[in-house]
Amino acid sequence: MADLSIDFCGIKSPNPFWLASAPPTDKAYNVVRAFEAGWGGVVWKTLGEDPPAVNVSSRYSALHGKNREVIGFNNIELITDRSLAINLEEITAVKKAWPDRAMIVSLMVPCEEAPWREILPLVEATGADGIELNFGCPHGMPERGMGAAVGQQPDLIEQVTRWCKTYTRLPVIVKLTPNITDVRAPARAALAGGADAVSLINTVNSITHLDLDRMVAYPIVGGASTHGGYCGSAVKPIALNMVAEIARDPLTSRLPISGIGGIGSWSDAAEFIALGAGSVQVCTAAMLHGFRIVEEMKDGLSRWMDSKGYENIAAFSRKAVANTTDWKYLDMNYQVIASIDQEKCIQCGKCYVACEDTSHQAIARLVEGEARRYEVKPTECVGCNLCEITCPVEDCITMVPQPTGLPYMNWTKDPRNPRAEVV
Amino acid sequence: MQTWTPAFAGATETCQHFPQYEVLKQKGMHMIESLHYLPRAGGTHSALSERFTDLAPPLTARQAAIESARCLYCYDAPCTRACPTGIDVASFIRNIHDHNIEGAAVKILQQNIFGGSCARVCPTEILCEDACVRNNDAEGQPVKIGLLQRHAIDNAQFKGHPFQRAPSTGKTIAVVGAGPAGLACAHRLAMLGHGVVVFEAREKPGGLNEYGIAKYKLPGDFAQQEVEFLLSIGGIEIHYGQALGDNLQLADLHARFDAVFLGLGLAASRRLGLTGEDAPGLMAAVDYIATLRQAGDLAALPVPRRAIVIGAGNTAIDMAVQLKRLGADEVTLVYRRGFEAMSATFHEIEIAKTHFVRIRTWAAPLEVLLDEDGRVRGMRFEETRLEDGRLLNTGTIVEIAADAVFKAIGQGMAALADPLAPGLENELEHERSNGNQRIRVDASFRTALPGVYAGGDCVAPGQDLTVQAVQHGKLAALAIHNDILSKAEAAWPT
Repeated sequence: MADLSIDFCGIKSPNPFWLASAPPTDKAYNVVRAFEAGWGGVVWKTLGEDPPAVNVSSRYSALHGKNREVIGFNNIELITDRSLAINLEEITAVKKAWPDRAMIVSLMVPCEEAPWREILPLVEATGADGIELNFGCPHGMPERGMGAAVGQQPDLIEQVTRWCKTYTRLPVIVKLTPNITDVRAPARAALAGGADAVSLINTVNSITHLDLDRMVAYPIVGGASTHGGYCGSAVKPIALNMVAEIARDPLTSRLPISGIGGIGSWSDAAEFIALGAGSVQVCTAAMLHGFRIVEEMKDGLSRWMDSKGYENIAAFSRKAVANTTDWKYLDMNYQVIASIDQEKCIQCGKCYVACEDTSHQAIARLVEGEARRYEVKPTECVGCNLCEITCPVEDCITMVPQPTGLPYMNWTKDPRNPRAEVV
Repeated sequence: MQTWTPAFAGATETCQHFPQYEVLKQKGMHMIESLHYLPRAGGTHSALSERFTDLAPPLTARQAAIESARCLYCYDAPCTRACPTGIDVASFIRNIHDHNIEGAAVKILQQNIFGGSCARVCPTEILCEDACVRNNDAEGQPVKIGLLQRHAIDNAQFKGHPFQRAPSTGKTIAVVGAGPAGLACAHRLAMLGHGVVVFEAREKPGGLNEYGIAKYKLPGDFAQQEVEFLLSIGGIEIHYGQALGDNLQLADLHARFDAVFLGLGLAASRRLGLTGEDAPGLMAAVDYIATLRQAGDLAALPVPRRAIVIGAGNTAIDMAVQLKRLGADEVTLVYRRGFEAMSATFHEIEIAKTHFVRIRTWAAPLEVLLDEDGRVRGMRFEETRLEDGRLLNTGTIVEIAADAVFKAIGQGMAALADPLAPGLENELEHERSNGNQRIRVDASFRTALPGVYAGGDCVAPGQDLTVQAVQHGKLAALAIHNDILSKAEAAWPT
């Protein structure tokens, strides 16, 4: 069986699955249940200065799919609403009872040196394995100059990270907000400040939907709402890209990354790891299904690794990074063409209308009595994948690479590029 | 055309005391009074009514949400192509899923104003649901289109009628027959701005929806509610007790109206051609079903202990199953060919089986067996087999004892006493002779008589489905409208 254990910037964990800093890691009761279920570690719900934050009633909303499955999830909760003393006491007790699990403590105090200097020794005294700086919370806390308000300013990230590295021996993980234009800037700032790792993404500014009768967005507090933090499977593509951006940036390519954002299955986790993550953090999936999902995640990841011959996480970590490049380096001579498996085709016509209305008119619709036959026009197909995406039948439409006989040639060398480099 | 009085409308007494019987007998009709000596269903009306509630319960809102999510929103969707009225199934289901129930209902009703009853009685298993792309080998689970259609129609809440009448054309059209064909035609004509006068032989509108469909498929007063909804568009008046060839003349209608639509249905039950066919205890299934549907007291219905139903269509199944639900001990459905040739759908045959109806195939009616009082005591059949595609009698005789025999071997056109009737009929001699005679129409439902149109079961060729009749009526209305507007009407024959 594959070895799932990790050493993430000095933090050891029996498996790469951590619960992200959020309601599931709010108190000892939850965290103990999580450890009993098999989670490798937790990032304890963000601690702050006393008096603790106060939350409103009505805190979450969601974007549902056709079968009411949750696609995206939104929250307007703040950091812990319990006192610092109680949290520190519980962290100490839980870490003592579960010494093999990773215990990371999320922190958010005002952007001044003194509060950080004061809180860090207290956290270190709990026996925790590391700290995570919450520079990502996009709602509520930024209005008080914390959370994403810090994460959106690289110089502040660097400054606070440096204070933390000054006042604690613990590994410092800087949690990044996606509510910026280029995630490489805050990652570089964290590295410059001495961060041991970054974690991303925090939640995305969002409004999921409205009550059109009351003309107010969800979640509704009284007669009003506010934007929240979006997470769940809907944000996975955003998170994967940001992880990859940092992993393939030469300035940060050695910086350990804890991947967060829409991870709900072993394959989601494997994708994050392949794009550069050394550990993964899960929240929404656990909130929707309970802690038990880690069983399937561990089992699936382990079996897949066995099937691929990956003995440990490091064996496939970052394996997809080199294959993630800039557009200009893609092979202009590569060509795929759609192929419809007529045996599998159920004649729904979705590929046809999608291509006909919105793409390249590359699918022919042949009427044979009551039956329909959809055929790809190879000379018209540009290989956009739209038909394959719309097809409701798995593996019915495949994109088949064509033997062009031409060598790799990217845009920088393409004669159609007016600015091509002369060979 | 027959003048028909529902013998059991509001009745709580026993059959013998109804004065209508004499009238019916005088008209040579063989109605339910021929069963008057049989025991009553017994029990109470309310207890029996429980057995005639919805065969298929409606979807809950949650079920509808789940089921509507299964629709793939096909392009050029095969379900729509399979629907005789061309309902845009993908569109109405998407509306249901998007919580736009009224939009869904309008999508249905704009193609099929009888969308509510069709959702209940359509053999969807051979139409839209058979064609559904999810009814494939891998899945075998078509979207429940019929039940979703019912969900939309039943739950839509309209403020007033959802369709508007175009400005008046000043034209008035006569429609004969207030069944699905006639009323679909009337509704579409009203939408197009024409005035409509409907003439109906019976006392209520609805045609087979009111009188002919198994009670558990269209329970309660749904048929009447649907007609009321349809008429709420305005501009349609209905006269009852008006039968063509009786107190209504085609020439007169043509003279008074700008066009005439005939939706006469098939009022005559085919005959077995056996001696004893008119004996007490033998009657047409459709007549019994009509009485059952109109019965104010189900407990007073005569119910044979043992019954034979001859036929293999959905009416035969409806009859056999309803007898079982009324308490008959033994119901045998007899068909002269095999299961594969039955016109009842697989789904219908399953319903019969779950009601423990015995199905006897390969047996052709030979003789009606009568007791000393001249009443039916059973039937004699001769076994059959197929040889080179021809049905042969084997000489083996089978007798089945029964207190009553119901024939469900198809319906035909009632003989029209109208002087112009011969001009309407199918000229194909072989069809005339084998009882398949229907009114001949062109692709626009024009008969051979200019200005006279026909549709529904009374025209050839037809599937004899409600949904088909609705489509005929709708298309005929469009043809009438176009013909009137283009003033293409030819001279009336003198």
